[in-house]
Amino acid sequence: MEADFILQELMPALNRGLLKTLLLILPSASIGLCVGVLVGTARVYGHPLLKKLGDGYAGLFRGTPLVIQLFVLYFGLPNLGIYLEPYNAAVLGFILCTGAYQSEYVRGALLSIRRGQLLATQALGFSTLQAMIWIMVPQALRRALPGCGNEIIYLIKYSSLAYIITFIELTGEGKILATRYFRFTEVFLAIGFYYLVMVTLADFGLKKLEKRLYIPGFGKG
Amino acid sequence: MTSVETRPVLRVERICKKLGGKQILNEVSFELRKGELKVLIGPSGGGKSTLLQCINFLIPPDSGRIWLKDQEIHIHRKRDLYAYRQKVGMIFQDFNLFDHLNALENVAIALRKVKKMAKREALERALQELNRVGIGDKAALYPAQLSGGQKQRVSIARALAMDPEVMLLDEPTSALDPELIGEVLTVIRNLAQDGMTMILATHQIGFIRGLADEILFMQEGQIIEQGIPLDLLTAGKSSRTQSFCSKLHELSGEQEL
Repeated sequence: MEADFILQELMPALNRGLLKTLLLILPSASIGLCVGVLVGTARVYGHPLLKKLGDGYAGLFRGTPLVIQLFVLYFGLPNLGIYLEPYNAAVLGFILCTGAYQSEYVRGALLSIRRGQLLATQALGFSTLQAMIWIMVPQALRRALPGCGNEIIYLIKYSSLAYIITFIELTGEGKILATRYFRFTEVFLAIGFYYLVMVTLADFGLKKLEKRLYIPGFGKG
Repeated sequence: MTSVETRPVLRVERICKKLGGKQILNEVSFELRKGELKVLIGPSGGGKSTLLQCINFLIPPDSGRIWLKDQEIHIHRKRDLYAYRQKVGMIFQDFNLFDHLNALENVAIALRKVKKMAKREALERALQELNRVGIGDKAALYPAQLSGGQKQRVSIARALAMDPEVMLLDEPTSALDPELIGEVLTVIRNLAQDGMTMILATHQIGFIRGLADEILFMQEGQIIEQGIPLDLLTAGKSSRTQSFCSKLHELSGEQEL
């Protein structure tokens, strides 16, 4: 029966995959955001050399397809004697890719903050690092939040590429099942629904965060 | 004004600055003694703002020397520079409050993060300073919720909380609506009467007449006239300052404050 297939085959497999997908997304999104903040800040206020490095990194990872980045990490690095587990290769690839995009949002947000505030921190005796940590970045994050949230939502979906380098997550589990039972329509509709739920929940959480961080003068009232 | 010592608090000697190939400051020197209020006036583009920003190295001067009390300041010794800037309060034309912090936190943040004061102590001190400039009741409001005059008073409180030896005020009322200028000038007058050492760039001639110890008239990067207000501003004196101020009078019908 149809219900048997859904309850006994499809859902257990997809739930198993969902867990793997979450294991990919959570560290990639959080570490990737940190990378984005660090690189974005360095690209605006860093030493000229650091700026160049940051620009180069962002240019490289925004300029090449993620699949190629994953292939290089998983299939290419062994040529140099570096062997990464599929999971590690996937998370590393996602962090590097999402970090590059996040740095762009953070950079834009930092540039939108009036330079006068930086002068004020200097006049009060802040070091550049202190000024970044306590004044510039907290404001930039608030301004960048809609963009950064958008990137996290992208990440939720492109995490499906991990199955290409043999890390069987939600999409991978589904594809195996679909091939075995030749039920592509039902399985892929179900997978799509799982992603839709994840993205909706993430969107809800991000909106909540935006409200929590709301300060008069930033975003809408 | 009351307790003028002989030893200068701030000494600035032969500051030069070129920006974009143009000589903005040309060998500017002056001294400030404790409790003195000196006023920088002169046409826009004359170098007033650049001079003030050179004094605390927000714009590094090309050459020249600066002493606070007896200590010469070297821009390359970062630690000394940060310590020096804490002792030199700066008030900007456009306030430059931290937009993500409320009035109280705007004043407290440097106490906590730069002076490493405990949070509670810093907040208490911040509230004292807000009360001193008359806006203790606005402590919880964010910059976006304050008027220009209130913002400028918060920024004065923020500078005062650092216990500065000297304050540099860069046209503190130029960005304000006319009806808000008075409240900021009142705060500055009180500071002067309490003996704060200050250098003030302004166009509020009426205000400085009774308050300034000395007027420095700046034009094309040089102090071309200096003296007490009585000498420079009295009608009939043929000073460059007097003619500049008469023009301001004619243009604005300047109100006495």
